[in-house]
Amino acid sequence: MIEVRRLVKTFGLKPVLRGLDFDVAPGEFVALLGPNGAGKTTFLRILASLSRPTMGEVRLSGYRLPGQAAAVRSILGVVSHQPLLYGDLTGEENLRFYGRLYNVPSLEARLTDVLRMVGLAARRRDLVRQYSRGMQQRLAIGRAVLHDPEIMLFDEPHTGLDQEASQMLDEVLRQVAARGRTVVMTSHDLLRSAELATRVDVLSRGVIAASYPRATLEPAALPALYREVIRGG
Amino acid sequence: MEPMPRGLKVLNAVTGVLFVIALYLVWFYAPREAVMGEVQRVFYFHVAAGWVGALAFIVAVVAGIAYLRRGDHRWDRVGLASVEIGIVFTLINILSGSIWARPVWNTWWTWDPRLVTATVMELVYIAYVMLRQGIEDPERRARYGAIYAIVGFISVPLTFLSIRIFRTIHPVVIGSGDPTAQGAFDMTPKMLTAFMFSLLTFTFVYATLLWHRLRLEALNERVERRKIELTAGGA
Amino acid sequence: MAAESALPARRPSFVQAVAAVVWKDLAAEFRSRELLGGMLVFALLVVLIFNFALELDVRTRSTVTAGVLWVTFAFAGTLGLNRSMASEKDRGCLDGLLLAPVDRSAIYFGKVIANLAFMLIVEAFVLPVYGLLYNVSLLHPGLLGVILLGSVGYVGVGTLLASMAVQARTRDVLLPILLFPVVLPVLVAAVKASEGFLQGLGSADILPWVNILLVYDVIFLVVAWLVYDYVVEE
Repeated sequence: MIEVRRLVKTFGLKPVLRGLDFDVAPGEFVALLGPNGAGKTTFLRILASLSRPTMGEVRLSGYRLPGQAAAVRSILGVVSHQPLLYGDLTGEENLRFYGRLYNVPSLEARLTDVLRMVGLAARRRDLVRQYSRGMQQRLAIGRAVLHDPEIMLFDEPHTGLDQEASQMLDEVLRQVAARGRTVVMTSHDLLRSAELATRVDVLSRGVIAASYPRATLEPAALPALYREVIRGG
Repeated sequence: MEPMPRGLKVLNAVTGVLFVIALYLVWFYAPREAVMGEVQRVFYFHVAAGWVGALAFIVAVVAGIAYLRRGDHRWDRVGLASVEIGIVFTLINILSGSIWARPVWNTWWTWDPRLVTATVMELVYIAYVMLRQGIEDPERRARYGAIYAIVGFISVPLTFLSIRIFRTIHPVVIGSGDPTAQGAFDMTPKMLTAFMFSLLTFTFVYATLLWHRLRLEALNERVERRKIELTAGGA
Repeated sequence: MAAESALPARRPSFVQAVAAVVWKDLAAEFRSRELLGGMLVFALLVVLIFNFALELDVRTRSTVTAGVLWVTFAFAGTLGLNRSMASEKDRGCLDGLLLAPVDRSAIYFGKVIANLAFMLIVEAFVLPVYGLLYNVSLLHPGLLGVILLGSVGYVGVGTLLASMAVQARTRDVLLPILLFPVVLPVLVAAVKASEGFLQGLGSADILPWVNILLVYDVIFLVVAWLVYDYVVEE
């Protein structure tokens, strides 16, 4: 589903990703860990077609980025740091806008379903400006799943969420995974990653330094393993 | 420190020689103009500087388009260098025009379409530089420079056209009574020689300065790269 | 568990995408009315300042009206352009637009239409107010046509440049610096054509200006359409 070969990304003369290889089969859920500044967000933005690779090959569902990016966008759903929502519109207006951009069929019914799924049905007519951070994040997830994309990218989605919102997010993630969607999620939360993912990768110094399939991974051992990899062992 | 390439050394010499010859032609060879006197000699370098200003813009736009299509940042270097030279020479053009206008029409400024357009071109150049200065990402900086150069390049002739129509329909002018306000005079063959030679010389000056500036930028980048290599250390 | 098949991937048509962007901008603005409010107040203040700066007695008024109006529109227009792009950049919403399977130029045209709407609303407000204050009739169809053409050119280039300026640290100052040298032909032509209509001049005097406006509008809309991809990509 996702194939990355020798991906290099430099900003001016500064290299961030240095020949990264990465593979995700359909239906896999990969959690991507790594220290701050390792390039997780940069990598995700490239996968999301928001940023161009400096060198290397990136394929999503067989389509090459950046050349065939337009074809890929309709099957991509992205949740990033920022909610990507318009504060002056209501929750449902935001979803309606994005639904139109993705040409979602039966839009009204679909957005009602999604609002219910993320627990915002009661607040749908309120301005997003008035939502709490947790609610905004939930709506952002709703926006991302609205067009039922095959590939979902989450950039540290649990950041700033309280307990209740986090659990709701986990539920959404499990549902998405259960429906066979391919997911890549960056995170700082080692234990949660081990719980949700089918595979845990570690991005360090611009490459994938380690990869642990869920089957062989003992969640409790993960923190120690992670520290080892980061240190460069 | 890389030695200057031989081609550049030759170009330096040729340009130097041409400039000396041009000075001789302008000051001694060309005759004294009957009506305006010695001050008319400003005209030769005034127009030549204006020509370089326009040439620099053309080069900048071509480089901009090439950069957008190829992504090779060396085109961006050419664009930036050209704009810098263009800023200087357009300024020379405007100031020399002013110096020429004062004794001839008793005014520092005329709303002549050419002069106004040169000023607008200078403002576009300056805006280009300010746009680049505000953008941090080098790749985006290059792209935006290219786009603005294209936009500017298309608008400048339209500006000239609109001021021209403005002047022919409404010939009332602050300062001079002549709507074309160009200081008409016929050029004798000797004047023509001095004029064409000045254009040639200034073109060589442009090419020399461009080459030097590109070299400087390339060296700059090497220094930056070394800095990054050294500070990144064994990462 | 068997994977449920996803909804078939679909893309909106170009017109649908443009319409969605326009609707979104208009809806968001009518909720907050910050942009419009700012532009309107600013425009009125400019008209007021002109009253004191220039001696707008009955005679000079007729020669100076067109210029005063267009300077007002140009300055107020800058405010609107800045705000419109800033609202996308600040909450990262531009990414949301870029992620969607729509042509980049659809974003451009959507923004142009929305910005044009805002500018026309401000102009529709300023014209009668000016007319009342100075006892001048401004509801001339030719004049309205010129205002439309001029606004299209202004907003067309302005949206393109604002999309770039918003990425810079000095964004508020930068937009006028970028815009005014390049939009001069529009301002000159619009003022002269407006004057022509207000003073009842013949079409021989007015036509060249209208032509310049048309040429400018067409050329720059096309150029912006071709080039917009490069503005928004990273």
